[in-house]
Amino acid sequence: MNKPSTARRILTTDLPVLIIVLFAMAPFAWMVLTSLTPTAALNATGVSVSPAGWSLDNYVRLLEQTSFLGNMMDSLIIAGGTVILGLAVAVTAAYAFSRFRFAGRKLLMLQFLLINMFPVVLLILPLFVLMKNVGILDTHFGLILANATVAIPFAVWMLTSYVGAIPKSLDEAAMIDGCSRLTALRRVVLPLTMPGIISTGIYIFITAWNEYLYALTLGGRNVRPVTVAIQTLIGEYQIEWGLLAAGAVVGAMPATILFLLVQRRLIGGLTQGAVKG
Amino acid sequence: MPYMLLAPAVLVTVFIVFMPMVQAVVTSFYDLILWKPNASRFVGFGNYVKLFADPVFWTALWNTAIWIGLTVPLQMGLGLLTALLLNREFPWRGLARALIIIPWALPSVVIALMWRWIYDPNTGVLNDILIYLSIVQSAVPWLADPNLALYAVIATLTWQGFPFFAVMILAGLQGIPKSQYEAASIDGASSWRQFVHITLPGIAPVLATAGLLRVIWVANSMDVIFVMTGGGPGYATHTLPLYAFVRARQNLDFGYGTAIAVTFTILLGAIVAVYLARTMREVER
Repeated sequence: MNKPSTARRILTTDLPVLIIVLFAMAPFAWMVLTSLTPTAALNATGVSVSPAGWSLDNYVRLLEQTSFLGNMMDSLIIAGGTVILGLAVAVTAAYAFSRFRFAGRKLLMLQFLLINMFPVVLLILPLFVLMKNVGILDTHFGLILANATVAIPFAVWMLTSYVGAIPKSLDEAAMIDGCSRLTALRRVVLPLTMPGIISTGIYIFITAWNEYLYALTLGGRNVRPVTVAIQTLIGEYQIEWGLLAAGAVVGAMPATILFLLVQRRLIGGLTQGAVKG
Repeated sequence: MPYMLLAPAVLVTVFIVFMPMVQAVVTSFYDLILWKPNASRFVGFGNYVKLFADPVFWTALWNTAIWIGLTVPLQMGLGLLTALLLNREFPWRGLARALIIIPWALPSVVIALMWRWIYDPNTGVLNDILIYLSIVQSAVPWLADPNLALYAVIATLTWQGFPFFAVMILAGLQGIPKSQYEAASIDGASSWRQFVHITLPGIAPVLATAGLLRVIWVANSMDVIFVMTGGGPGYATHTLPLYAFVRARQNLDFGYGTAIAVTFTILLGAIVAVYLARTMREVER
């Protein structure tokens, strides 16, 4: 067989891939350029493509004139809290699903899968009423609970497949050596599942950080995560695109960086789960 | 023992998912305006009867159908193309794969605002480019034209969702044994026939799973539309979940809003059932 020449490869593979990569990146790149163009220049001549017209003006305004850092903190607390709550209840559930065969196992697993399919809009309205009655509307705790509606079922499913990949004989051996079930879970299964737990946690963090509708409806005044805060950057009389773009770039940064750091492992886990089951 | 281990997860979900859900169904039988809770009264199926006579409901239902019917195939097509390209050998493959999934990691608010800026009729870059290339003569108000707005939002969602398909399909492609292609090319099969007879059957399960998952996800997702157009102009970009949300949020008409949400959930239920049956079958294996 003759190997296709490099020129041909570039034409049929590299070039089309480059076009798709540009298509995927261009909108965000445009946002970054917008955020680097000072507002006055933006109104006069439009987005500056050359570095000569760039300044950090919008970012300085973002940090000095708005409460954006505080909003980042709100997001951090909520996303972090969701990760902790989601993982804490999901680890034992996943262990139960993968190590035991019991009455109702299938039904309970189905239940967790089903929850993930519920429309947000079906939950958001009654959650608003319930949280208002209990008095946790517009608190970090309320938003953590709301985000957990997505995080818990997801974590249970991901972790069940991770724990299932660890041979049963390992925890059985530990139990013969005198460990109780829970000790075996803590000393043997947990360390081995750690990579899976971490990528599940990161995925939950990203989803919770990026979440918008719950944040808008169940929070917004005392607790205002970045996703809601970005939208309030729209000026009163006209849209301040420069400031808005700066907020969008900063707000998207944590999740995007996390995602790029772990994308290989994360996608491995996600697709394994989906291809298999 | 397994029940004890499951208890925390089940209890929390009962409190934050199932209780609200029951509450939603109950609320949908009431005429409930949130700022006058005392005027709340039981109306039975009244909200649902009202719903079927509501022209906006039918518009929203039709929009939802277009919304799903266009977005998912477009995402899948573009995703398949991307996956086939990424499955080839070239030096910067890892980098390309990482960059292509960026849209997937961005918050939907950022995506929506970003595209509003691109679509902006006066200062948006899309019109600049199209006018420069002489494709259009004058600036097009993408999101303000009732005939275009829905399609403009669909384009945005296609952009957001195609990396997901690309990544899933790529994993499927890499599961097809190389030997099948070798055997086919020895037998003289053209690359098109190899694609139809080896590649497509090989990734069919992935396409089905990812497609179903995406239909559900796209049907549910309304944050991008909400931020981009808020459902307007008029009702041009109302989908069912958005209608429920807007109705409850702006008019605080929770009874009617939840009735729409419940109806939508039941309609979606058919697709969810197919997906669940598939997944549970795989799990049992």
